Parts: sequence; structure tokens; C-alpha cells
Amino acid sequence: MSEPVLATHGLMKSFGALIATDNVSIDLHPGEIHAIIGPNGAGKSTLIGQISGSLASDAGRIELLGQDVTRLRTAARAQAGLGRTFQISALAMEDSVFENVLLGAVAATSGAWSLFMPVARKVALTERAMQALDRVGLAYAKDTRCADLSHGQRRQLEVAVALTLAPKAFLMDEPMAGLGAEGSRNLTGFLDGLRSEAPILLVEHDMDAVFALADRISVLVYGRVIATGTVEDIRASDAVREAYLGESA
Amino acid sequence: MIPERFINASVIAGLLAVPLWALMADEIFTITLTTRAVILALAAVGLNIALGMGGLVSFGHAVFFGIGGYAMGILAFHAQTFAPLELGPLTIEGTKSMPVIWLVATVASALTALVIGLLSLRTTGVHFIMITLAFGQLFFYFTISWSAYGGEDGLSIYVRNSFPDLNTLVPIQFLGLCFAALCLALLLQWRLRNSAFGLALNAARQTPQRVETVGLNPMRLKLLAFVISGAITGLAGALFADLNRFVSPTMFSWQLSGELIILIIIGGVGRLMGPVIGAAIFVTLEHWLGGLTDFWHIWLGVILLVIVLFGRGGVIGLLTGKEGPHV
Ligand SMILES: Nc1ncnc2c1ncn2[C@@H]1O[C@H](COP(=O)(O)OP(=O)(O)OP(=O)(O)O)[C@@H](O)[C@H]1O
Ligand SMILES: [Mg+2]
Repeated sequence: MSEPVLATHGLMKSFGALIATDNVSIDLHPGEIHAIIGPNGAGKSTLIGQISGSLASDAGRIELLGQDVTRLRTAARAQAGLGRTFQISALAMEDSVFENVLLGAVAATSGAWSLFMPVARKVALTERAMQALDRVGLAYAKDTRCADLSHGQRRQLEVAVALTLAPKAFLMDEPMAGLGAEGSRNLTGFLDGLRSEAPILLVEHDMDAVFALADRISVLVYGRVIATGTVEDIRASDAVREAYLGESA
Repeated sequence: MIPERFINASVIAGLLAVPLWALMADEIFTITLTTRAVILALAAVGLNIALGMGGLVSFGHAVFFGIGGYAMGILAFHAQTFAPLELGPLTIEGTKSMPVIWLVATVASALTALVIGLLSLRTTGVHFIMITLAFGQLFFYFTISWSAYGGEDGLSIYVRNSFPDLNTLVPIQFLGLCFAALCLALLLQWRLRNSAFGLALNAARQTPQRVETVGLNPMRLKLLAFVISGAITGLAGALFADLNRFVSPTMFSWQLSGELIILIIIGGVGRLMGPVIGAAIFVTLEHWLGGLTDFWHIWLGVILLVIVLFGRGGVIGLLTGKEGPHV
């Protein structure tokens, strides 16, 4: 079996008395979409935060491409190849859609220490940014102020910014939320192709999308992984049905 | 609504027209007033880089203004007393040369901004305001007790410092120098805003989380903005001291820090010409109302209140009908 691109070992996180992440060991292999599902408050976003570095872990280890990144700061992990999207959009709301993706392009290539050269004149950067917008189907809105975007468009922009980074692994926290049926179908098709560029750790509530996309699914309940397996395994699992799927079925 | 470009051009034209008119009408005092406005505008352009672009509400920018002022004061003092400054093994000659004084003023302010930034940028919001305020007070009380350079009474410089090929004693020539410095600072801010650095800083102000997630360090971006900002305000301090031929601890006062913030809010936070419009309004009010009543600051407060209540983008925001800061 191939080496995992990303792996966590015994990851822990508590908020006071609440254990949000309880001994989580998961991995992500090349070319795969590994979906994380679980009820509200199960600790999915917390896990994504720990992996990306925005939340410090209490214990455990995170490896990216065989390198221990547990002690690295968020920015260093991003440079090492993590591309994250946020469940609650973290976008520069006063700026245009284009400026938001341009930031990703800048960070991924030349860096932000060019002080005098107008960034809009750097063709390599603007092309990289436009390409990312094109791919998520948001190019038409490039001049729209971010604050004027719909919820679904913000989800698309989140994905576009991550694309500009050309990461080694994607961490996506509910990219489908608020997209609507057609939007979800489009994004599902897009993510399906994207996995060959870099594997995706996908937190998602949209079960149609998860069952259509996931190579593996891990089920998180009260911070603990109660099952990991293929779509068929998870559908067949009594424990999962009881703890999670049962609620919606 | 009026396009911002048009407003920017009018402001520059106005800044040129007023002294030209004053020159023809032989209104020396108007030239001095304009110089004062230009220098305050320069100080506020500096602050605007930290405040408008970086979102850093520094209530201690008088520190840099004062350091610029004392850089001028100390160097010129040693030149006029012909006694070099002894710093341990180091002997530094005083100087009356503006370019040298400006260099010292900007470098000293930049270094101070680096230290203050490193110590205070970890905090945000009210804490950042309080820490920068505290640094201002620290310098204020230090200079009050610094008897070698006049303490509370300050330091008088008898003759304005010199600039190659110019007669700086002629008011219009000194105004020209200050005006050139202001234009350069505006050009710098404009280039910064449109650069990769400006893009990232602008994002760091709005969402530091995003900036980290794409692999940049928002703290370093803000630190550099703070340093550039302090350097420009420091240069303004040196010019201000030269305008008055006098430096005193009041250059470090919190009132001055507050006035710089108010200037920017009146003009428009983050707007290229915001500090210039703010300074023009400020100096005009100070002159006209200051002659009528000792409480002219109240009217400044009223204007500020109107602007804060009716348009967050300051005067430029009101004129362009666009709230958001855009340089
Ligand atoms: N900063 C925090 N401080 C205290 N508790 C927190 C914090 N962040 C999350 N929690 C708690 O940790 C638990 C896990 O939250 P998390 O956001 O990771 O859940 P989630 O699985 O992403 O839920 P959802 O499906 O609603 O997005 C919840 O009980 C939440 O209230
Ligand atoms: Mg969540």
C-alpha cells in the first residue's frame, strides 16, 4: 500500500471538560477522498482545525508527506502543502472575489514581500487566480465584492482559494453547505476529478455527495472515530446506523 | 456621486493653489498654515498605513512624531552649540543638514516602531490601543525629565536647518520641501496598496485566519506596515520641529496621537487622500475657530460625530458615496 499523504496519530483535543477530539488516528492516501461524517458537534471542524494548525492539539502527532508537522504553525503547514477550506467562510469581505483568489496565488508563488510592483500586473499570478475561479465556475463573479456573494458562492470561493495553492492535500469543511441541489451536483463532479491532483479529507453532511465521492468514510461521534470503511461497509454497519445514520433514516 | 480620482486630483490642486495664491497676495501666514497642514497630513499618511491598511489603531503614533522631532532637535542643538554628542566611545557631530536629519529621524522611528510593534502586535482591539498609548506616555514623561535637552521646556533651534541649493528660511521653499515629502509618501502608500504586500495586508486586517491558511504570516505583514508607518510619521515630526524651530515633550502627547486618528477618520480611514483632507479641515478649524474660542476642539468633535454618524468613510466616503476604504 502507498504511503499516506497525511496521517494523524492519537490526536486529542478538549475544551474544558468537553473532549472534542478523542484519540483520532486517520490517514489520507494519494488519489483518495476520505470523508469524515458525524452528527453536529461531533468534532469534525475541530479535527480539521487541528490538522491545519489553527487549533493546537493536546496530544498526538500529525504527519504530512512523512514529515512531522505537529509543531509547525498554520502558515508553515500551508506552505508544506495543506489546502484548507472553512465551514464558516474566512474571506476578505470588503475585497472582490478576484482579490481573494489572488491572495492565494500570491502566497503560493512569489510571496507577499513585493512592496512596490502592482500585483495586478503580474500575469502569472492573475492567470493562476483566474484559472482557479474558472474551475469552480465563479469567474463570472470575479469583480463582485465578497460581502455581496450568496452563501453558496462563498463556498465556491473557499474552494477556489484552496485551488490556487496547488496543495498536496485538501482539507474541506462542508464545501457543499448552502450550494443547492445543482450546485452540489456540480461541485461533486468537480471534486471527483480533483482527487487525482491531490487527495481530499472531506467533512460533509450531504450524504448523496459523500456516498458518490468517498473512497473511505470515517464516522466521528463525540470526538471518536467509531468506524472507518468503504461506502458499503459504512452503510451496512449497525453501529453507524445506530449512532448516526439512524437519525436521518 | 463624485469619483474618488477626481477628489484626489482636486485635493492636490488645492494644496498647490493655496500657497501660490498666498505667494502672490504676500500672505506669509497662510503659507505657514499650509505647511502645518501638509506636515500633519504627512504624519497622518504614516498612521493611515498602519490604521487604514493594517487595521492597527495605534494611539501612540506621537511617539514617532516626537522621535522625529527630537532627532532634529538633538542634532541641530549639538550643531548650534558646537559641542559634539558623546555616546560612550562614540562621538557624533551635530548637523544642520535636513537630508541627514531626515535619515536619522526615519531610521530611529522605524527601529522604535519595530520594537513597539514586536511588543504590542500580539494584542488586538482595546489592548493594542492601550499598549500603544502607554508607550506614548512613556516617551512623554521621559523627555519631560530629560534635562540635557530642555526637559519640560523643550529645545529651541535658532536657525532653520538647511537643504542643498534651497533657502529653507523662505517659507515657500520650505513648504515646497514638505509638499514633496507628502507627495512621495502618498505615492509610496499608493504603490504599497496595489502591491502583493498591500493585498496581503488588506486581507490580514479583515481575516488573519485566511492569511495564515494560505501560508503567510499576518503578524509579520502588520509589523512591516507598522514600521513603514512609524518611519513616515517620524519624518513628519522632523519637519514639524523645523517648521516651529522648537521641540518639546508635547510632540509625544496622547492628544497628538488622538488628533492624528481624528484627522484620518474625518478624511476617510484607509483612503489615499483621507489624511490630507482631514489635515486641511483640522488646520482650517484650528485657525478660524481657535481665534474665536478656546473651545474650538468641541467643533472638531461635532464634525467628527456627524461623520461617524452619517458616513463611515469620512469626507471622502460622503463625497464618493462609497463607504469601504479604497486607496
Ligand atoms: N473553541 C471552542 N471552545 C469550546 N468548545 C468548542 C470550541 N470549538 C468547538 N467546541 C465544541 O466542540 C464540539 C465539537 O465542535 P465542532 O465544531 O468540531 O463540531 P462539528 O462536528 O464540526 O459540528 P458541525 O457539524 O455542526 O459543524 C462541540 O461540542 C462544540 O461546541
Ligand atoms: Mg463543523
